[in-house]
Amino acid sequence: MKKKLFNSAAAIGLLFGISAFGATGAQAADLTLCWAAWDPANALVELSKDFEAKSGNKMKFEFVPWPNFADRMLNELNSGGKLCDLLIGDSQWIGGAAENKQYVKLNDFFDKNGISMKDFIPATVTGYAEWPKNTPNYWALPAFGDVVGWTYRKDWFAKPELQAEFKKKYNRDLAVPKSLDELKDIATFFQGRDIDGKKVYGAAIYTERGSEGITMGAMNALYNFGFQYDNPAKPYELEGFVNSEGAVKGLEFYKSLYDCCTPPGASDWYMSQNIDAYKSGQVAMQMNFAFIWPGVNADANVGGDKSGYFPMPAGPGGHFAQLGGQGISVVANSAHQEEALAYIKWFAQKDVQSKWWTLGGYSALSSVVNDPSFATSQPYAQTFLDSMAIVKDFWAEPSYASLMQATQKRFHDYVVAGKGTAKEAMDGLVADWTKVFKDEGKM
Amino acid sequence: MSPTHFERAAEATPPMLAKKIRGLSDRAIAWIFVAPTIFLLLAINIFPLIWTIRLSFTNFRVNRPNAEVQFVGLDNYRRILSDSDIWLTMQTTAHFLIWTILLQVLIGFSLAYLINKKFRGNDLWTTIIVFPMMLSPAVVGNFWTFLYQPQIGLFNYVVGFLTHTDPSSFSMIGDVNLAPWAIVIVDTWMWTPFVMLICLAGLRSIPGSIYEAAECDRASKWRQFWTITLPMVLPFLMLAVLFRGIENFKMFDLVVQLTGGGPGSITELTSINLKREAFEKWRTGYSSAYAVILFVTVFGLASIYVKALNKVKER
Amino acid sequence: MSSYSITEPSKRQKWVAGSLVIFYAVVTLMPLLWIIATGFKSPSDAIAYPPKVVFQPTLEGYVNLFTTRTRATPEMLVQAGEPKTWYDRIVRQYDMVIAGPSRYGERFLNSVIIGFGSTFFAIVLGTAAAYAFSRFRVPLKDDLLFFILSTRMMPPIAVAIPIFLMFRQLGLNDTHAGMILLYTAINLSLSIWLIHGFINEIPIEYEEAALLDGYTRFQAFYKVVLPQATTGIASTAIFCLIFAWNEYALAALLTSGTAQTAPPFIPTIIGTGGQDWPAVAAGATIFLLPVMIFTILLRKHLLRGITFGAVRK
Repeated sequence: MKKKLFNSAAAIGLLFGISAFGATGAQAADLTLCWAAWDPANALVELSKDFEAKSGNKMKFEFVPWPNFADRMLNELNSGGKLCDLLIGDSQWIGGAAENKQYVKLNDFFDKNGISMKDFIPATVTGYAEWPKNTPNYWALPAFGDVVGWTYRKDWFAKPELQAEFKKKYNRDLAVPKSLDELKDIATFFQGRDIDGKKVYGAAIYTERGSEGITMGAMNALYNFGFQYDNPAKPYELEGFVNSEGAVKGLEFYKSLYDCCTPPGASDWYMSQNIDAYKSGQVAMQMNFAFIWPGVNADANVGGDKSGYFPMPAGPGGHFAQLGGQGISVVANSAHQEEALAYIKWFAQKDVQSKWWTLGGYSALSSVVNDPSFATSQPYAQTFLDSMAIVKDFWAEPSYASLMQATQKRFHDYVVAGKGTAKEAMDGLVADWTKVFKDEGKM
Repeated sequence: MSPTHFERAAEATPPMLAKKIRGLSDRAIAWIFVAPTIFLLLAINIFPLIWTIRLSFTNFRVNRPNAEVQFVGLDNYRRILSDSDIWLTMQTTAHFLIWTILLQVLIGFSLAYLINKKFRGNDLWTTIIVFPMMLSPAVVGNFWTFLYQPQIGLFNYVVGFLTHTDPSSFSMIGDVNLAPWAIVIVDTWMWTPFVMLICLAGLRSIPGSIYEAAECDRASKWRQFWTITLPMVLPFLMLAVLFRGIENFKMFDLVVQLTGGGPGSITELTSINLKREAFEKWRTGYSSAYAVILFVTVFGLASIYVKALNKVKER
Repeated sequence: MSSYSITEPSKRQKWVAGSLVIFYAVVTLMPLLWIIATGFKSPSDAIAYPPKVVFQPTLEGYVNLFTTRTRATPEMLVQAGEPKTWYDRIVRQYDMVIAGPSRYGERFLNSVIIGFGSTFFAIVLGTAAAYAFSRFRVPLKDDLLFFILSTRMMPPIAVAIPIFLMFRQLGLNDTHAGMILLYTAINLSLSIWLIHGFINEIPIEYEEAALLDGYTRFQAFYKVVLPQATTGIASTAIFCLIFAWNEYALAALLTSGTAQTAPPFIPTIIGTGGQDWPAVAAGATIFLLPVMIFTILLRKHLLRGITFGAVRK
């Protein structure tokens, strides 16, 4: 019996031994930075070596792919986890993270270290740092500017026989589209065509269901046909703005684009699937966030002169593009807040931001992007600037996840699954969002 | 060999006392052996269950630590049971459940029947057939998205080759009509061996003498199958159905990786829906009620089924 | 030996049955072989259209699985000099440099720690409890045995809600200890049910003889019963391990950076942009290997294990 007791004591000891092992594993690294797993994150690893050398802190990274990113990181914040010291969190999370004090407020730190939000692109400050919006309360430093735009096959567009055929058919040149309708014409033109012995398709667009994909895609069309999140004069008044005639037309346009011009099976596509389709030569154009452009430009098959870039074309109701991108925040639960703030201080410096851009990170620092040499420094730089000038973002409310989930369901049900009409989808969305805001006590 | 001190102690104690000590120590050992398990079950099963039930009457949300938690009575239950979307996910789950079980029983039983012909090397092939079910469902689901890709996927290519159609003319995951079958196919691929193994055990439990007797009675093979083979395998089959039923009622990992519930909400099983409520929208109170409802459903259905199973066994 | 038995299938029947089963086995094996093959393709071969059956094998997938790479500017490439190792060379073809190891190694190690840790506890506790259930009168035994099954019947997401809250209070979210505790509790059901069956098969007379010889109950347990139950316990252990090894839902919800196991990690392996299928396939292959080996070793006990001891072969 004694022996048995001893055994179980040993067993319990082992259990805690293992947990202690886990704890020391985390301590060995000074700072953990959490972000999405994508090209810019790998560039940040490279960039951060300078910080490691200068500060003596070791950097550890936790990168989560986009479809799981919000899931995992919001879970981390809500579970009171200590994994991340620094979090480059998505723009829409800022409301919840600020109201629940999951991020450290940075105003005092900015003042003390002479970091001014006036030095950053205004749209990124509003989008990535402020809560409540348009008030000087900062919870993040704009880290990575991003926006939905288009990549196209310049080499295909330049083929004389296609040029001629397109001109005959549409009575204009086969060139970068200036409106959404022109975009659809081009996509229709390429759909099912044989190019270099391969069947190709018009466009790869966002249709992902699980996280935020289809919303990030369809919203571009909605904005440009006249959708508004609420009454500009009366916040949270949705009726007539979310389901306005323009909004319905916008969603119908997105569905028509999905039906006419996407590759077969493009029903659950987001950033990575679009890249795959484009790089393997399946599509003439792809909708995607700007972050992919450095990768496309360097690609062995479609890079260099073979690809071109253009901002989201305008529609009858306006000219906007869906904002992406993130700010970098200090997690309130972190045990290393001082070091984390030191990282942000280092990151905000001009020369670090310049290097960030050369490595493929879209700096949000005005002095970097306004530099005369910037626009010509890369083939996509001008398109990036043009796109950043027309951005619009999804709700950044604390209840963002519920609002997003409802949108995903309504849009996917209509666009991909073909359930009901666009009007029903948008009316349903008004009902869903109203319910969320009522639960929140905002209405 | 000199007696151990236990043996000496045993000899030294009067019989009555020895029995008493042994009896006492039996009981003590029983407690010591069972106590850690009971403790763990209390901590990881019962306590959380009670907590869930309590939360299911509140509007608690994990992502709102500062909000006041209110008691809302049966509101959550009422909302769930009157939510048409949730009934839709139940239907989706039922479709998935019925078809996977049907296909797996048919194919699994046929395979077991064939393997039971004891051809040479049947052991080796049985082991090979069993591989898919030992894999991680999440990894399997993820990889099948690759196999199902219309242009580059093996599945579409093979089907296209066999039916002389363009492989990119159909999309298993993307098409509203095909997606419910896409998940059925993968689950059937993965779990048919399970049903097969159980059926095989059933077939092998039938004594050969019964067939010999039937042969003497000049019963046809067909008749033998219906009057001997099937009835005797039935309890085993029902067991297989029970296990597959429970597993597929809770199905999450495979399908969430395969379709994520899409397109639209066509393949959104109850578990996926619950995950969205609980860990994406963070409606903790509401999803606790949801969990309780599922728990009662599983337990209720399983107990009824087990009763039926026992009746069949007794026959 | 009789030359003819009416219950023995004829040669022709055997031949037909054999070829049908082999046909099924080949078809069912194809996706598996495709996974393994994809691990040895280059990323462009993996997403070639139409799919490539014949290809130039490469270890790129395995290199990508174990490293993080970053796109290098021309200056950086010059600075880095000539590639030194074969894996450097592979990465350099794409103008990239290795920035460090990937997280796959850690995730695999987590799978090992959590898998083996939980299996160890599930077996120790399970054996003790199973012995008690088998040999002593335990009050409410049948109810207990049935209740033990409940965690296995609940959808994992439903289990995860209260566990998430409880772990948050105790600081067990994303820890090895938390996951070991949880998997132990879930695996206990399997281990008790299976070992219970194995112990029941050992004649009680052996112990009674030992007790008459003056052994204490505890001695009788570990000197007489345990040695006889070893095979059963060993196969039970492997079943527990396979469960913990393959589990996804709870691991995905309750772990993130520190204690995450491989199943939630593998689907999230991405390359430069799209999902890096060769790396995913390589990760999957390495992860599948132990389970496939166990399957072969376990052939004889397979049935009992997967049916909670309800069916014996």
